[in-house]
Amino acid sequence: MTKELRPIPEPTPVSQPFWDGLSQHRILVQYSPSLARYVFYPRTLAPGTLADDLEWREIDGAGTLYTYTVARRPTGPPWADALPQLLAVVQWDAGPRISTELVEVDPSDIRIGMHVRPVFCDLPETGITLLKYRPA
Amino acid sequence: MTGLRGEAAIVGIAELPAERRPTRPPLFTLDQYALLAKMVVEDAGVDPACINGLLTHGVAESAMFAPATLCEYLGLALDFGERVDLGGATSAGMVWRAAAAVELGVCDAALAVVPGSASLPQSQRSSPSGPNWYGASSNNYGSPQAEFEIPHGNVGQNAPYAQIAQRYAAEFGYDPAAVAKIAVDQRTNACAHPGAVFHGAPITIDDVLGSPMIADPIHMLETVMRVHGGAGVLIANADIARRSRHRPVWITGFGEHIAYKTPTYADDLMRTPIARAADKAFVMAGLSRSDVDAASIYDCYTITVLMSLEDAGFCAKGKGMSWITEHDLTHRGDFPLNTAGGQLSFGQAGMAGGMHHVVDGARQIMGRAGDTQVPDCNTAFVTGNGGIMSEQVALLMRGD
Repeated sequence: MTKELRPIPEPTPVSQPFWDGLSQHRILVQYSPSLARYVFYPRTLAPGTLADDLEWREIDGAGTLYTYTVARRPTGPPWADALPQLLAVVQWDAGPRISTELVEVDPSDIRIGMHVRPVFCDLPETGITLLKYRPA
Repeated sequence: MTGLRGEAAIVGIAELPAERRPTRPPLFTLDQYALLAKMVVEDAGVDPACINGLLTHGVAESAMFAPATLCEYLGLALDFGERVDLGGATSAGMVWRAAAAVELGVCDAALAVVPGSASLPQSQRSSPSGPNWYGASSNNYGSPQAEFEIPHGNVGQNAPYAQIAQRYAAEFGYDPAAVAKIAVDQRTNACAHPGAVFHGAPITIDDVLGSPMIADPIHMLETVMRVHGGAGVLIANADIARRSRHRPVWITGFGEHIAYKTPTYADDLMRTPIARAADKAFVMAGLSRSDVDAASIYDCYTITVLMSLEDAGFCAKGKGMSWITEHDLTHRGDFPLNTAGGQLSFGQAGMAGGMHHVVDGARQIMGRAGDTQVPDCNTAFVTGNGGIMSEQVALLMRGD
């Protein structure tokens, strides 16, 4: 069986600024003035109100661990050689939650609620940077 | 409150025995649908000509126009054709849509049938498509999952459900033995239900906790076994119900709520959509939680059952684990739950897994549950659950 490559996100006309930001190791997230809050993931209109006022702002990406799991079996063939997978949901101090992975941590040291900080993982020859997290 | 009047009933049921490896010859989903349709019509003892409604999740042979394709194939002209796309909540979602259509007079009798075997005839010309490990996630360009979930491996069912369970544990604590008891009690039920894939294979709490950890805190025996099967029901108006062979199972209440696609983006991950759906169902039916004689709760994982019991109002939030320990959830017990084994022990026949619970509830009210029959079973509560606890449906069924 041929090894499956890890899926690489493909930026869209809607999300391009987010990915451009990550490639510069900056976190750009949409903000809706009428909602008075940040919005993630990128959209064309604000969720709930459909207000046409989303604008890109930079956040520092600091947050806390909302939840996680230690996947002992690969969630898909591309991760067969990447066990255990440390799948995480981080709640940004700025508000929204993001799906991510934890790095540079022993699984037994992971605690929900712990402070975490961004790790920018450049994927070679793709121009894509993934946003992962480690304990702060 | 407006809603169903309880004048549409499940009049026929069918569920194929669960098989780990198919012994039946491969059938296209069109033919699986036809077989199950024949079974529910014969079970009801009614003339197939009365059927003028049909609900489907879709057929593998046609990406589009599923109701019309089935209408033509079955030779049944339709006044109501519906496609329901709610994952594991599809079947329960079909039932209330059919009941509403019947009560409105849109149709007289409607098939709600879900093929459940992945064993399909294979073309000699084109090779079968490879296994789709994206599961319920879409890897199409522009899909939020393709961009923000799949690249991190946040895909499939095990890990996302485990993330919900971990958050639950952080907020309310976690008693692995209590959660494992759900699987154990359901296995007891499966051992009394011959169609179940794990019939004849009892387990203990130690077995569950000793099975391999899949994604913390979910053990293998807290996940479902994929099986080949299929299930369906026929829903009809009161005139047909009175002429049918079995005790009619009136649909008296329902609720449906869709909250998100991926748990990461839930407003409140710890209050699952069944809370709102169940409240609406009980109010509509004019029933209390204590009126329920048997429950069939969608059980893709034990954590789903735990949170559904709490959020549907059978026990207080965060108290489900002690509640489970204090109650006997077997068919002999004080809270009969998933009396045919549930998907954990009957097996999950793909999309038909949701219909397992509908059939389980209806079978109990019809009084046809054999060794697992709950005495004087007049009210059943049934749930469907799609995605990652993201879309859920509650049903209340009553016998006269």
